Amino acid sequence: MFDISPTEWTAILLSLRVAVVATLVATPIGIGVAWLLARRDFWGKSVVDALIHLPLVLPPVVTGYLLLLTFGRRGLVGAWLADHLGIVFAFRWTGAALACGIMSFPLLVRPIRLSIEAIDKRLEQAAGTLGAAPWRVFTSVTLPLALPGVLAGMVLGFAKAIGEFGATITFVSNIPGETQTISSAIYSLIQTPDGDTAALRLVIVSIVIAMGALIASEFFARRATQRLHGN
Amino acid sequence: MLRVDVSKQLGEFVIEAAFASEGRVTGLFGASGAGKTSLINMIAGLLKPDRGTVAIDGDILDDTATRAHIPAHRRRIGYVFQDARLFPHLDVGQNLDYGRRMNRLAPDAANQARVIDLLDIGTLLDRRPGQLSGGERQRVALGRALLAQPRLLLLDEPLGSLDDERKAEILPYLVRLRDEANVPMVYVSHDADEMRQLATQIVMLKRGRVTAFGGAEVLPA
Repeated sequence: MFDISPTEWTAILLSLRVAVVATLVATPIGIGVAWLLARRDFWGKSVVDALIHLPLVLPPVVTGYLLLLTFGRRGLVGAWLADHLGIVFAFRWTGAALACGIMSFPLLVRPIRLSIEAIDKRLEQAAGTLGAAPWRVFTSVTLPLALPGVLAGMVLGFAKAIGEFGATITFVSNIPGETQTISSAIYSLIQTPDGDTAALRLVIVSIVIAMGALIASEFFARRATQRLHGN
Repeated sequence: MLRVDVSKQLGEFVIEAAFASEGRVTGLFGASGAGKTSLINMIAGLLKPDRGTVAIDGDILDDTATRAHIPAHRRRIGYVFQDARLFPHLDVGQNLDYGRRMNRLAPDAANQARVIDLLDIGTLLDRRPGQLSGGERQRVALGRALLAQPRLLLLDEPLGSLDDERKAEILPYLVRLRDEANVPMVYVSHDADEMRQLATQIVMLKRGRVTAFGGAEVLPA
């Protein structure tokens, strides 16, 4: 039962790679967006907010299809990227990372935004009167105080990325060794006669990863409260 | 020499205040709601006046006529808030060193030792702000502002959130600061006794306007 086959290992490792890359690339962008939403008022803010949350409510297959239209070989952005920079997303693991990054983005941004909103703005003001320029206020006060929220967001985003299925399979298909993640491997195994045991193994693996991520996220959230109280 | 001549509308409330002070401690005295905090926020650069000028020693910090506005972080004006506002993620020593780092000043151990000694906070350096009493927090906030080497120090009711016993604990430090630290101060309070003990010149503020200026004699008996 617990004898994980090489194909299954490939899917597990690919899932981890896709989720790690998606999370690492999305995090700095997520911090910037979270800061903008938490600290700045600008025209069209509610539209930006809605756009970020869209992947959460749209059918994943729609998001995947939109990605295919945009980043596919003949897509608007995809063709340009392929011709000018040699970057191809369609049917590659990088495409899976892009899909996972976009699908997990709302979950990544939310805890970061909440933790920035929870920081007393007057501390940032005090930093200013001590001679800190705005970007140094951000790096020396805002970001360190928001760090537990950033970590919680990364963990949640990572967990979501690991489990992503609909958008990924629509955008990059289900190619073993290239785009077959844990989710799409389970999907294939369920369709195969005698695939049940292998599917169950991968189900257990994904439960373990998801649980671990949620427990870690809870831990970071608790740290955040302690940190803000200066104990 | 601090010169302030500003007006600012905040909702229904209008501040129209002008004064020039050369005192070591300029007391900004008035009931709560008189506009004291808004006025020093304008001196600090945290609030922009609608009209007018703010200048220190001939250095223009705000002039709405020429649209000059130096942002708070470039004014070199220290600010001690009523609620200390120590950085909770840094220990006391790091809080004290913050202004020096942000202003890229060279480490000055002698000055640091002098300030730490003046405020009696040497035993607190490794503690976190959450582990300090209200009075200790306020002393650390004073030290943090001083060590950024400001040319003017604003104190907004620094004793306001403390009980009488703690006030009596901090007041002597403020007197020492006035006599030894060599930084001109603007001291905001609604307490006439504090004013008498600290201020060398008093600006009386009522509903956003300066109603009297002078020595301790302008204070209500």
